[in-house]
Amino acid sequence: MSLWSYANPVRFMGATRPLVPVLGAVAAVCILVGLAWGFFFTPDDYRQGSTVKIIYLHVPSALMAINAWFMMLVASLVWLIRRHHVSALAARAAAPVGVTMTLIALVTGAVWGSPMWGTWWAWDPRLTSFLILFLFYLGYIALWQAVEDPDAAADLTSVLCLVGSVFAVLSRYAVNFWNQGLHQGASLSLDAEKNVADVFYYPLLVCIAGFVALFAALVLLGTRTEIRARRLHVLRLRERMADA
Amino acid sequence: MIRLVARDLALAVRAGGGFGLGLAFFLVVTVLVPFGVGPDTARLGAIAPGLLWIAALLACLLSLDRIFALDREDGALDLLATAPLPMEGIALAKAAAHWLTTGLPLSLAAAPLGVLLNLAWPGHLWLAASLLAGTPALSLIGTFGAALTVGLRRGGLLISLLVLPLYIPTLVFGADVARRGAEGLDPTTPLALLAAVTLGCLAGLPFAAAAALRVSLR
Amino acid sequence: MTLRARDLTVGRGGLPVLARLSFTVEAGRALILRGANGTGKTTLLRTLAGLQAPMAGEIAPGRDAVAYAGHADGMKAQLTVAENLAFWAGLHGLRGIDAALDAFALRPLEDRLAQHLSAGQRRRLGLARMLVTGRPVWCLDEPTVSLDAANTARFAAMVEGHLAEGGIAILATHIDLGLAGDTLDMGPWRATALDAGAPA
Repeated sequence: MSLWSYANPVRFMGATRPLVPVLGAVAAVCILVGLAWGFFFTPDDYRQGSTVKIIYLHVPSALMAINAWFMMLVASLVWLIRRHHVSALAARAAAPVGVTMTLIALVTGAVWGSPMWGTWWAWDPRLTSFLILFLFYLGYIALWQAVEDPDAAADLTSVLCLVGSVFAVLSRYAVNFWNQGLHQGASLSLDAEKNVADVFYYPLLVCIAGFVALFAALVLLGTRTEIRARRLHVLRLRERMADA
Repeated sequence: MIRLVARDLALAVRAGGGFGLGLAFFLVVTVLVPFGVGPDTARLGAIAPGLLWIAALLACLLSLDRIFALDREDGALDLLATAPLPMEGIALAKAAAHWLTTGLPLSLAAAPLGVLLNLAWPGHLWLAASLLAGTPALSLIGTFGAALTVGLRRGGLLISLLVLPLYIPTLVFGADVARRGAEGLDPTTPLALLAAVTLGCLAGLPFAAAAALRVSLR
Repeated sequence: MTLRARDLTVGRGGLPVLARLSFTVEAGRALILRGANGTGKTTLLRTLAGLQAPMAGEIAPGRDAVAYAGHADGMKAQLTVAENLAFWAGLHGLRGIDAALDAFALRPLEDRLAQHLSAGQRRRLGLARMLVTGRPVWCLDEPTVSLDAANTARFAAMVEGHLAEGGIAILATHIDLGLAGDTLDMGPWRATALDAGAPA
């Protein structure tokens, strides 16, 4: 049985029904454990003091902000190529989660930047890129809400997502060109030991796992809601037809 | 395609076509700036390149929702869609007509308006050059945005929300060309990047706009 | 040339309006669509013209053979009668607009801006456009609205001329134009709730 069989809404609904509470529980446990571990059982950074602990919210939300857009891009491509309704609805469901993650990353970044850089906001390339990503999310969501016909909305937002992705990457490089920043380098990579000490690294990984599970749970929940809303829409249409 | 461009140009310059509105808007914004930031010529000169670019960008934005909306209202868009002209050709012709009626006059008017804002001398030429190289991208992106919103009743505001984030790379490179030109630095790097953005838009966006148009029309 | 539609299902907004409709129109014949408002005449004509895809079924020949005239005529108010016609003629790769001007006695109005035409004159201009498309299949949606008796006769003559040259015309109209052809009643082809399929 191929993965595509889950594109059938009925099968999707059946398969994901038990997944949502499980993922939700995993998310809650991971985030609580990770945050408690990070806040109370790790030492202060020798340069940044206790302010460094906002990393446990900042980094996972920033990661998910980008991953959510990437997921929307893949889902949009699947919709445009294979016309699976679940895919289009999953892209739609991911957008509000993504925009919230972007907002969390921006706000925690400002809170962190205030004591570190002495300013709430700096036109640093990374911050600016996230602000731009935030604008892209807003446009995408606004287009979904503006188009009445569900299939046309899915088509138009998918095209916007593809073009927007190209321009988002382009903006990232343009912004780098425009201002070399004061943001610290990537704090997470495969050679993480160099950047973040183990004591910070493990609780951070737990937090990231929690955010991934949270994202998956919210997107599945949103997709299930969208599928139900679509069924309702079709039923209403049929009722209107029966009346006519 | 050339016929469609020619018809749009004829429509724009005749009564009620709205030609010159964007240009007037550009002038008014430029005149308003000193009232907002003060008459200090040094400060005006420092912000002039970026400001003129933003004013030109907004003037471009002003006429975007007319690109397809007028043809949609009177049914001409349906007839164009059935004519032996590919949708990509329609999108490209519409972008070309939009550029000829807004981008080109704005580029030509920018250098004289630079005098009002005390733009340093060689900056005038670089400003005009950057607008000439960059405004086609603005028209192409705008045509894509207009194609996305053509079927909507209140597309005007939405189009700004969709298009403005897409304008960022063009604005960054374009304003940098003008700024470096005014400061006597070498502006060829951003100019090359700006040209690359425009050419990339020219190569790709007519297809995206055509795809959006097909969806909006059905 | 023959126009064939097989097992055609057409719809609006994802909802079928007409289901499993089949018909054939031979060259030189007209097909008059009849039915109350909302029975899908416009949707069928738009589908035949290729402005929307059929939900199911086949149409041959394709959209490149079809000229369409809907409720909005697409004529520009700021252009003259001749300029409007010349634009569409050019798009369709034709040069002459004389036949189109003569068919509806538009020659005295040739240089008048379309915004100064009366509703009936404007309608004549919109219909004259059909002649500059050079396409064999005409799809006309309520073409005689706001035409007086004399111009309705001119219109009938124009369609007859088109049919005599081997063309095909499909019209949604309530007026009997005396054209050689058949009438298709939309009623029996109305889509039912069953055609809408199971909710996804």
